[in-house]
Amino acid sequence: MTFGVVIMVHTAFDRAEQVIRHWVAGGCPVVVHIDQAVSATTYSHFQGQLSDLPQVLFSRRFRTEWGSWGMVQASQAAGELMLERFPQVQHVYLASGSCLPLRPVADLAAYLSARPNTDFIESATTADVPWTVGGLSEERFTLRFPFSWKRQRRLFDKYVALQRRFGFKRRIPAGITPHMGSQWWCLTRRTLAAVLNDPDRPTYDRFFKRVWIPDESYFQTLARLYTQQIESRSLTLSKFDFQGKPHIFYDDHLQLLRRSDCFVARKIWPHADLLYDTFLSAGGDATNGTEPNPGKIDRIFAKAVDRRTRGRPGLYMQSRFPNDGWENGVTSSPYSVFEGFTELFEDFESWLARATGNRVHGHLFAPDRAEFEGRQPAFSGALSDSATLRDYAPRMFLTNLIWNTRGERQCFQYGPADTEDISWHLAKDPNARISVISGAWAVPLFQSGGNFADLRTKAALLQKIEAEHLKALRSPHAKAQVQIWTMAEFVESPMEILQSIVETISTGSARRLTEAPRMVSLTGFGQFLQNLKNQGMHPYLMGDFPVDPAPTIAPTPKRKPYLVK
Amino acid sequence: MGFFQSYRLRLQRKRWRIRAWRKSRDLTVVHDRTSQIRPSDILVFSTLRNEDVRLPYFLRYYRDLGVNHFIMVDNGSTDGGAEYLASQADVSLWHTDASYKRARFGVDWLNWLQMKHGTGHWCLTVDPDELLVYPFCDTRPLRALTDWLDASSIKSFGAMLLDMYPKGRIDQTPYARNQDPIAIASWFDSGNYTIERNRKFGNLWIQGGPRARMFFADRPELAPALNKIPLVKWDKGYTYVSSTHNLLPRGLNLVYDEWGGEKASGVLLHTKFLDTFTTKAQEELERKQHYGASKEYKAYAARLSDNPDLWCRWSEKYINWRQLEILGLMSKGNWA
Repeated sequence: MTFGVVIMVHTAFDRAEQVIRHWVAGGCPVVVHIDQAVSATTYSHFQGQLSDLPQVLFSRRFRTEWGSWGMVQASQAAGELMLERFPQVQHVYLASGSCLPLRPVADLAAYLSARPNTDFIESATTADVPWTVGGLSEERFTLRFPFSWKRQRRLFDKYVALQRRFGFKRRIPAGITPHMGSQWWCLTRRTLAAVLNDPDRPTYDRFFKRVWIPDESYFQTLARLYTQQIESRSLTLSKFDFQGKPHIFYDDHLQLLRRSDCFVARKIWPHADLLYDTFLSAGGDATNGTEPNPGKIDRIFAKAVDRRTRGRPGLYMQSRFPNDGWENGVTSSPYSVFEGFTELFEDFESWLARATGNRVHGHLFAPDRAEFEGRQPAFSGALSDSATLRDYAPRMFLTNLIWNTRGERQCFQYGPADTEDISWHLAKDPNARISVISGAWAVPLFQSGGNFADLRTKAALLQKIEAEHLKALRSPHAKAQVQIWTMAEFVESPMEILQSIVETISTGSARRLTEAPRMVSLTGFGQFLQNLKNQGMHPYLMGDFPVDPAPTIAPTPKRKPYLVK
Repeated sequence: MGFFQSYRLRLQRKRWRIRAWRKSRDLTVVHDRTSQIRPSDILVFSTLRNEDVRLPYFLRYYRDLGVNHFIMVDNGSTDGGAEYLASQADVSLWHTDASYKRARFGVDWLNWLQMKHGTGHWCLTVDPDELLVYPFCDTRPLRALTDWLDASSIKSFGAMLLDMYPKGRIDQTPYARNQDPIAIASWFDSGNYTIERNRKFGNLWIQGGPRARMFFADRPELAPALNKIPLVKWDKGYTYVSSTHNLLPRGLNLVYDEWGGEKASGVLLHTKFLDTFTTKAQEELERKQHYGASKEYKAYAARLSDNPDLWCRWSEKYINWRQLEILGLMSKGNWA
């Protein structure tokens, strides 16, 4: 007892010959189908090459275009020839010219003869499979497809739309339930013979001839009628990418393939010399009936598909430039924006860095330069601190910074004096955590003590810009996590607020704050605001500040008297 | 895009093709070995002037990747580079003394040669100071990539220009013939690039890197474009429009994904900043044959006199393609 191999070849004939010789050397008869499209000279030359092997037969040729009925006809004809001419064959293995056996033929023979009644064919009902190239699953069986998907896509799509519109449906022959799966199967003689000799075969053939990609459903459906036992998986390791074309194996996959313990892999790049040399070399250690384990390969290819369809969030580069709203993450990781804190605290940056262990920058969008941590002239990724370069593309400056520092949380200051262009982008980014003390921009003005008329103009401008910015942060389209305190609210209980901020963004375990940043002296600030009001400006973003401010940090409470007994 | 604009682009494409034919009269053949080209060959197209010292490594690098034939235009070299090229068995060489600028910086000449010899081939258009790096280039030859692109019905492959520079003064380490230039210019900027879409041609416009940082910090809009589409399965109707930055028909420029995914892409390591650069910049400035009134070379000349160090403490040292992939400068896409 043995198994036979049906091989479909349309290109890379030297490789196909190598593989055929390998099968034959392992004691398997082989039936070869050569695509009708292959020229007569190539065909006869190839036949000549293999003429020394009596166990190799050539079956009747059909045109085997991708997804065409010819693929099924070819496997029918080759299967019939195999069953008729090689009575010792108990299983028939369908393979392609770019399939490569990874384990010794004897291994596969032993595996199959230990399971004499099992059909290995991936076969699932249409409702349960995610592979639907072109968005067609159930409709593969109920619509008509006279146009080629590869060459006449527009007509194909139009005709499908037309049929959908008029609710056209074909009737599925009684007794069968459409199933789909990998076209590379291994069936028992009994099942294959039953499918090929079914008295209803003309009915089925007529039906499947008009089904889309029938080679993925013909045997998959009909085997269900006669099988004693189906293992719904393919013995051929064959992964498909998101467009439904097979992944290709190269020399650098050698170790991966070796460890997979799969019997056959497809598709192998014809120039992968190392793979062919390694796996087709005589001998090879038998792996005593180990089950195939393609898990690792599955993961690698699944990752590749994910990379192609979803990409790396927050990355903008030459081959990933998503349209608005399709970024799958505007930036790559969470970061914090502080507004009004450096104005209110003298040493806020260094304090925050100590308290949270994060990277703390100054005003990255300041008018004269990007104030990187330590005021260095460049930062991660060789980002320059030049304001001109930054303002040329402020949004990319931000996304670049966050991308370049993956794995480390960035904190920076922002205020109404900075580049306004970035305001709306910050508001829209779910990764942004923005804490605002509104109106704190007035503190430096208050401290500067310059010409009051100038200060008044400046204050009016800054207030207008910040009001606009707060509107963006509060807009229903804003996705950032925003917390806004008026300055009056904040100075009521600064430590509580700082504690909660530090707890949420600390890298290590959150601790009680042992050290508070130094708040600037606000004595006279209420009067300063009153003066602005007296000049006809209306400072409102800082909340209601009393003219004589209450002491900001409560005086240390007096100790209770106690008695020593 | 409306019918009107698409028709205008069609006319423009035809115009470039006619211009290529017109400019083909500039070219005289030095050594034509194009009859050796087999249907499946991968071709390199290149224009050069006085690059003799770089040529041996350039040819070796691309031969090792599996390039079968080089089609080169020598624009009046005086350093013996032309003679060297003519003696190579896999190089077909044309010569011209005509204006580089008037041939739209060599694009017209190469468009003509591509039209004549490139159709049906994968054509890689690179300068002698550009080295292509693509996913898996250390284990898979270029043909593995082009076969995969063919199987995926992809006709063009993007590879952004990545400016490489040495640590210290540019002229500190002299470059010797046949030496790997990356051994000297082994540093690059990893994350300061800006991208915009070109609405007319559909390509991305990428700027940044050390040149923007050092020479164009006050006029970033003038910084050189870094987007390139050097590898194309050529068809007779195709033309490059502006250097290898973009092509017509515009579908070829869509080498990026717009819906969040990543397409496969590579990088052209740009080894312009070797010790040869200082003299070259001076010479090119006098010739006035470069893009945008040679403003790029003017900016260089202004800074080069004080021999700037392009290196900064955030520069990255080049290791391999995987490093570039992780940094997000190129992508494997769904090639695994």
